[in-house]
Amino acid sequence: MIRRKIEENFFRVLMVLATVIVAGSFFLIVGTIFYKGVPFMNLDMITKIPGGGFYIGKEGGVLNAIVGSLYVAGGATILGLAISIPVAIFINMYLDGKNFIANSLRIAFDVLFGIPSIVYGAFGFLIMVYFGIKASLLGGIVAVTLLVIPILVRTLDEVIITVPKELRDASLSLGATRWEMSKVVLRQIRPGIFTAVLLSFGRAIGDVASVLFTAGFSDNIPTSLHQPAATLPLAIFFQLGSPVEEVQGRAYASALILTIVVLIITVLSSLLSKRFSKNKIQ
Amino acid sequence: MQRFRLIKDKILSKLMLVLTVLSVSIVLLIGIGLYYKSVPLLHQSSWGTLLTSSEWKPLKGLFGFFPFIMGTLWVTGIAIIIALPLCLLSSFYITEYAPSRIRKILVPFVNLLSGIPPVIFGVWGVLFIIPLIQNHIAPHFVEFSTGYSVLAGGIVLAVMIFPLVVSIVCEVLNTIPKELKEASLSLGATKWETIKKVSFRKATPGIIAATVLAISRAFGETIAVLMVCGNNAVVPHSVFDPGYPLPALIANNYGEMLSIPIYDSALMFAAFLLFIIILLFNIISRVILTRLERKLAG
Repeated sequence: MIRRKIEENFFRVLMVLATVIVAGSFFLIVGTIFYKGVPFMNLDMITKIPGGGFYIGKEGGVLNAIVGSLYVAGGATILGLAISIPVAIFINMYLDGKNFIANSLRIAFDVLFGIPSIVYGAFGFLIMVYFGIKASLLGGIVAVTLLVIPILVRTLDEVIITVPKELRDASLSLGATRWEMSKVVLRQIRPGIFTAVLLSFGRAIGDVASVLFTAGFSDNIPTSLHQPAATLPLAIFFQLGSPVEEVQGRAYASALILTIVVLIITVLSSLLSKRFSKNKIQ
Repeated sequence: MQRFRLIKDKILSKLMLVLTVLSVSIVLLIGIGLYYKSVPLLHQSSWGTLLTSSEWKPLKGLFGFFPFIMGTLWVTGIAIIIALPLCLLSSFYITEYAPSRIRKILVPFVNLLSGIPPVIFGVWGVLFIIPLIQNHIAPHFVEFSTGYSVLAGGIVLAVMIFPLVVSIVCEVLNTIPKELKEASLSLGATKWETIKKVSFRKATPGIIAATVLAISRAFGETIAVLMVCGNNAVVPHSVFDPGYPLPALIANNYGEMLSIPIYDSALMFAAFLLFIIILLFNIISRVILTRLERKLAG
């Protein structure tokens, strides 16, 4: 009896410890980034593009990378949305939504979701070579779009499922076509679409392996789709590799910027998704 | 008017079908594209030599992937060994023990962790894990280590897969019928015994699926691992040795790949290898998870 009691307590302590480590690792990471990043943070970082000698520690900021990242993530999310909304509607409205094909499609998108971004990057690079596109904003957007499509499709799919069947039946019984019914459903899930957009944007802005080959890097803010674009994660990666202390410090500050942006996005999306308790994607 | 609406519906449905087929066939296109690009390398050397040779001399046209495969396996193995017990224990705590008040605080942090970009994990690894290994862990075991090692890669990866494993295992545990647990408790079993003998057994397929997914995530993780692993193309022999996983190889060498013959083919072959392994793992785990879900619904 006592042995069982001891075992119970022993494992209870272990479980609490494990939970503290798992949940605490978040604080450890964010804490480290803040601790190292804040001293190097200043207004120049977010308002200026790299000046002459930026990479040996002279002045400038990472505005080029911030704007580049926003362009890539924004462009990819919009393009991805234009593809995923029809796909999600097709799976749920035109296919039965519960039959074999629909479920197989869901598994396929889950599998696509699991494919690492470096593979999307390599594939995006192949597409670019095939069409003769140089590393540019356009290339980056294409590669990142491939990356976010599965996220968008699966999130939208989970949201559409929560729409009561009666609503669809009602519009169908009034003589609406399936497309008109879909419009009713789309209006119903507007907050869900917003959640999906945030999720995809958050993933897109933080990803680096997919833009590594495709978006290139530039100290200027791109003014057309065919110019190379810097991205924030890549800027962090490059600056961290520098032997100059000042530049490394800027990597920490850039990491701080990215962390804050991503945290805001994640918090917003989880607040929103409380309205749809099931729309989670692993 | 009526006809116009019907035609619109028809056209749109065809359009959506095309989009759906296209976006799903990305899987195939990736596979075909990468394979097509690795054909020149496969003409030059056989699968066997590519996978088992340790000679990596691109300038001489020698491409042995063995060190990179071993690097990937070491890093992934360490990550899973660290992450799995921690994640299982904390999932059990979150689902069985934690009062709902605490659970409501815990779960959002796991979600927040999953939103942090890989490059931030990498920066954290460089700033926190590397000095920790270099100054505090390694000196107890080896004479000298820079800290950049497969262990560092494994720890960073372990933290990265925490949210994935915890969220899936929690979901699986939540689906176990309450009656089963209550039956065990009412027979006098302690909570831990119930977890060990009922919940754990019942959740085993889900836990396996989560582990397989976590392995495939760890396999493909690039930038965070690249930043902390040391990137030395030799087979690691201890956890304090540097390693060079496949994704890091691809990411590190894209710059020079067009200037050396067959080099691009070799890197695309690496991407193809990763793709095939991860594809298989993902299909397996997704099929298990979908089966579980359907069993519950039916």
